[in-house]
Amino acid sequence: MMGIEWSGVSKRFGGVTVIPDLSLRIAPGEFVALLGPSGCGKSTLLRMLAGLETVSAGRISIGERDITALPPGQRGIAMVFQQYALYPHMSVRANMAFGLQNIALPAEEIERRVNAAAQMLELQTLLERRPAQLSGGQRQRVAIGRAVVKEPAAFLFDEPLSNLDAALRSRTRVELARLHKRLRATMLFVTHDQVEAMTLADRMVVMNQGRIEQVGPPMEVYNRPATRFVAGFVGSPAMNFIPVRRLPDAAAFAAVALPGEACVTTRVAAASLDAEGLFLGVRPESLTPNDAGPLAGSVEMIERLGDRSYLHVQLQDGLMVVADATRRAEPALGDTIHLDIDAARVHLFDSAGRAHHPS
Amino acid sequence: MNQSYATPSAGRYTGWLFVAPFLACYAVMLVWPLARGMWLSLNAVDLLSNIGSFVGLRNFVDLVQDEIAVRVFFNTLLFAAICTPMMIVVGLALALVLNRRGRTSAVLRGIFFGASVLSVTVVTLIWRLVLMPDSGLLANTLKGVGVSGVALLNSEWLALPTVAIVTLWWGVGFPMMLFLAALQQIPADVYEAAALDNTSRWRSFRHITLPAIRHIVVLVAITQVIGQLQVFGQVQLLTQGGPNHSTRSLVMFVFEAMFDQWAIGYAAAAAQVLFALLLGCVFLQQWIERRQDRSTA
Repeated sequence: MMGIEWSGVSKRFGGVTVIPDLSLRIAPGEFVALLGPSGCGKSTLLRMLAGLETVSAGRISIGERDITALPPGQRGIAMVFQQYALYPHMSVRANMAFGLQNIALPAEEIERRVNAAAQMLELQTLLERRPAQLSGGQRQRVAIGRAVVKEPAAFLFDEPLSNLDAALRSRTRVELARLHKRLRATMLFVTHDQVEAMTLADRMVVMNQGRIEQVGPPMEVYNRPATRFVAGFVGSPAMNFIPVRRLPDAAAFAAVALPGEACVTTRVAAASLDAEGLFLGVRPESLTPNDAGPLAGSVEMIERLGDRSYLHVQLQDGLMVVADATRRAEPALGDTIHLDIDAARVHLFDSAGRAHHPS
Repeated sequence: MNQSYATPSAGRYTGWLFVAPFLACYAVMLVWPLARGMWLSLNAVDLLSNIGSFVGLRNFVDLVQDEIAVRVFFNTLLFAAICTPMMIVVGLALALVLNRRGRTSAVLRGIFFGASVLSVTVVTLIWRLVLMPDSGLLANTLKGVGVSGVALLNSEWLALPTVAIVTLWWGVGFPMMLFLAALQQIPADVYEAAALDNTSRWRSFRHITLPAIRHIVVLVAITQVIGQLQVFGQVQLLTQGGPNHSTRSLVMFVFEAMFDQWAIGYAAAAAQVLFALLLGCVFLQQWIERRQDRSTA
């Protein structure tokens, strides 16, 4: 079990800088999810750690060992790819054993490790099959098995659940969580799916345009997003952003005027907040239908998810917001409704995108 | 429901209608000449009177007893045996080297494939200039290093391998392109997984690349064998079958028996031997393909 550290790492492709000067430290045994939209640099960061991309500047180390210039096979890491990347003409057993044969491990040791991994991942009956004879979920387990037998210093997962259907993805998430609990290995998981990141990770690293926006435990990132980008990216449906104007009063907490001039007194400290350019950040669960609510709009769509329902409401100034209508009487499409805001749970974002949270 | 469906029998006739033009051409241009050739091989035919007499397998017995025919048969097999491995090895080596992005690779791919579009007359003209015994490019180059009197096409031992090298130069572009297409089908992440598995270049080639392109290797091998068994143009233009029949090929033998000696039945019998060889190659390919499919299923 070893930690991983990127120190001042940057990556350029020709004249394009995709990761400018990034530093990050992962503790030994930690499960960290790199989360961000497509093209944010999360896979590049992972591939630089794996040695599949060169580092333009900076240093990457695993434990105390500088691995920046080492070839991939000598870094002591294992990677699970999005498309599994199994060797198609080899059996499951050969797929798992191949890497160990390359480092000339004794045959008995290879056999022991392959059998142990097969047992752990319930692959015993599939060992003589080829990848083409396996389902997507089984292939993914083989890919994980191939990583496990190497007993690496760290496991890297590059969007490993993207190709699985919803039910299998959910099951594999649980299996990965169990695997981490059992192995207590350092794991780095790249995903653009916040549900995967939130359910699996000890800490989340939210990235945008090659930079780290926020690092923290999932619930902290959800409850106290550092920036407007993080607030909008983490959480489904996304947080609502309503343009507001701060009211000039001397109270400790900021009071803001909503579109339509209704007022909300937040629990955000007023000090250091600008008067203009503010956005009120309201999660859908903090925005609920209530006849006495300060916002009014018409229902454009109802999203029924079984355990909960969301209303897509167009406010009078044209802004679309999503409200949580779970356990409430469902309005009809086109109805005009009022929405109440849970003022204790709203955030304010300034013009630079920085978050100001309720105290 | 207003929807109507073609009845199975109507569908069957419609299908036949679609393939009828091809079947007609196939029957007239291929099946009939083939059947006619088989019949001719069992006859002794006088071309002037166009009168034939049935001689059974006599033409085939004559072929087996004809020293030149036997030599020609082995020459042809030897030529295919020299050419085919060279085409595979050099074609694959070029494909591996040129399987990368960039202008240089694209230009080199074009150059290597370029020779394939030349006609056999141009190719042999170029190589005659290279191989001319006293004043050719090769002779002059060797003279520069103190070796003289090299006349590859005049040597009974070296003439056939030399024609094989000319054929390689001429035809390696196409196998190279097939190998390139196959190599580009291999997902990059499999090689990345191999790199993380500490795989050496040789093991990566042996255990990942080769199994992934084995279908194309078989295809190239069989098409090359079929092509090289029919070698004619470059032999005719470079050596005329000499020296001492050492480069005379089966097609050349058929051509000469037919158009020099007017022995139609005898030529047709030699052509049937070639046809049997080619048919054997096609069956071999299908057998190998079936085996590969079974092993990957």
